[in-house]
Amino acid sequence: MGLDIRWPIGLMFSLIGVMLVVYGLITGSNAELYHRSLDINVNLLWGMLLTVFGVAMLILAWRGARVNPVPQQ
Amino acid sequence: MQSVQLGLIDYAILIIYVAFVVGIGFALRRYLKSSSDFLTSGRSIPAWVTGLAFISANLGALELVGMAASGAKYGIATSHFYWVGAIPAMVFLAIFMMPFYYGSKARSVPEYLKMRFDERVRALNSIAFAVMTVFASGISMNALAKLLNQLLGWNYHIALWICSGVVLIYVLKGGLTSAIYTEVLQFFMIVLGFAPVVYLGLKDVGGWGTMKASLQTVAQNPAALNLGTNAYPSEAWTSAWKPLLSGPAANPMGVDWFAMVFGLGFVLSFGYWCTNFLVVQRAMAAKNMSAARRTPLIAAVPKMLFPALVIVPGMIAIALTSMPDKQYRIPPPIISDNVYNRAVEAVKMAAAMDPEDALPMVSEAMGRKLNAERITALVKGAEQMTDQQIKQGIYDAIAEYDYDGVILSLVKKYCPPGLLGLALTALLASFMSGMAGNVTAFNTVWTYDLYQAYIAPNKSDQHYFWMGQAVTVVGILLSIACAYFASMYNNAMDIIQLVFGFVNAPLFATFLLGMFWARTTGTGAFLGLFGGIAGSALFHAFTLSAGNAPGVKGGYLAVWQTFPSEMAQNFWLASFAFTVCFVLTLGISLVTRRTKTDAELKGLVYSLTPKIKDEEKAWYLRPATLGVILLVCCVILNLIFW
Repeated sequence: MGLDIRWPIGLMFSLIGVMLVVYGLITGSNAELYHRSLDINVNLLWGMLLTVFGVAMLILAWRGARVNPVPQQ
Repeated sequence: MQSVQLGLIDYAILIIYVAFVVGIGFALRRYLKSSSDFLTSGRSIPAWVTGLAFISANLGALELVGMAASGAKYGIATSHFYWVGAIPAMVFLAIFMMPFYYGSKARSVPEYLKMRFDERVRALNSIAFAVMTVFASGISMNALAKLLNQLLGWNYHIALWICSGVVLIYVLKGGLTSAIYTEVLQFFMIVLGFAPVVYLGLKDVGGWGTMKASLQTVAQNPAALNLGTNAYPSEAWTSAWKPLLSGPAANPMGVDWFAMVFGLGFVLSFGYWCTNFLVVQRAMAAKNMSAARRTPLIAAVPKMLFPALVIVPGMIAIALTSMPDKQYRIPPPIISDNVYNRAVEAVKMAAAMDPEDALPMVSEAMGRKLNAERITALVKGAEQMTDQQIKQGIYDAIAEYDYDGVILSLVKKYCPPGLLGLALTALLASFMSGMAGNVTAFNTVWTYDLYQAYIAPNKSDQHYFWMGQAVTVVGILLSIACAYFASMYNNAMDIIQLVFGFVNAPLFATFLLGMFWARTTGTGAFLGLFGGIAGSALFHAFTLSAGNAPGVKGGYLAVWQTFPSEMAQNFWLASFAFTVCFVLTLGISLVTRRTKTDAELKGLVYSLTPKIKDEEKAWYLRPATLGVILLVCCVILNLIFW
């Protein structure tokens, strides 16, 4: 099949990850908001992790495309 | 009980996810040229993708919700559904059965049955399977729409139709490939969406050790938390095997070890993982034999670790409930506003009279067990309260639990906006992956095993391609109809699921004999299967589980045997049905004439199929080596949580 699933996965998680990081930075000073998550800014931290995961998927997809170009049907 | 308000960020995450799954469908559209591209993916997908899709199709919303519920009810022993009830069967599928499924070039499991036996067996299996997939997806859709309604205040109908609509679009556009690709994406979504919730929950209860300690206290007196009336040894919630080995009375499942190992670990588990087309279809879509065989093995790795994600939340919920300062309770059953309004009236009336009489009145209005002290207190203060406050008071006083609400109650408790959107998207993803799995299995079985086989053979491929797409729409509409049916007639759904249990229980005996004994005949298989189904229905009619009245739960003809729990009854029923089917198939095969020659059975039966040589492959590509490694890991996990 012509589509490497790692592209959409990588793109989606990078996008959501960056959004969470930005949202975490904006809301970081709002202690009340993060009270429920045990005073941890989970949006910032988990957003960073999602971004790393997404970018790693993109790198794998990019390397895969270089090593093994998909024949266009 | 207040519904959660989603912020902009939460909706944004949800919309991005939907855009991506729909986008995958559209991106794959141009690769679809024939019915086999649409229904079987044209056998072109790498093993890691089919492997993750394999597990994702299994991880529907009901699994996620239900396993957390079982984690709360039974504790760590729930992991038997993974380590006993899945991994060995998945390894067996990979090593022994995949060569026949994939090598025979069958396009579906019923088609394999036709090749191996005859049309009768295929027809029986495909009709039962087609009906079952539609009901299965309908039931889980109903559950999800209810949850979304309860948690977010979304309209039930809108939730149902929109979620189904999204699945319809991407399956219709990209066929099985699209379902498999999105399942991989959904797999990561589910894991990454729920992991932080589990982490926060564990941290909140004070870590694994503290959670274990409080569960040990709970086990000795579950009645204090309304978790049942029996007391158990302290390790009942925190050990996987010790309570099981001490007999049915020592564990909250009420199951003995033999029923667990034979009934669940052999009959039910092999029957599901090795013969259910929903999962097997994913492996059949792999690009070659080696990838097909590695599919269940790759899937087994996350499956083995899932208890951490799906069972631990249930245990956290019990630990939290036992800690008064955490202000947490397992949510009560979902009750309609009308009932609440009646109960509020009852509280007000009782307040005007003697508060001591309030409990029966309010209980009757609610139709639920209520906490007496809380109701008395509520009635005394009712005059100064608004209706909304009284309603909240009644909600707090309900002394029954809806264990299925556990996972969402934790999401509500720990997730700030942002993470909340992610966790809800994960829930939707699990629902969609399960539904897409059912729909793609349904359209293939309908098109190839029913429509092409019996209704309209010898048509052009374009015609079957068209039929595959049309029946995708029909399948989703039927599931929606089933969802409405399930929302109206709870009992009817129970009966339907019961009947499926009868149909499925004996199935593995047919496959086992068919694949490993060339002498098995079509007549033997067909009658054996029928006998097995009849046997399970009879077994059910003559047995009952403790605490149930004869009726839907069994024993409606006579009660010859009473089991300690429904689960035990279920496991023994499966063991019985398997044995009946096995013995009948064996006996009838011996007295009937073989209709297929050895040459015809080549590639379909173990002894007549050339062994696959994979000695020259690297060790990590050899299914047998990988299988052994997985089984060893599984044993180690069992020992750690013994």
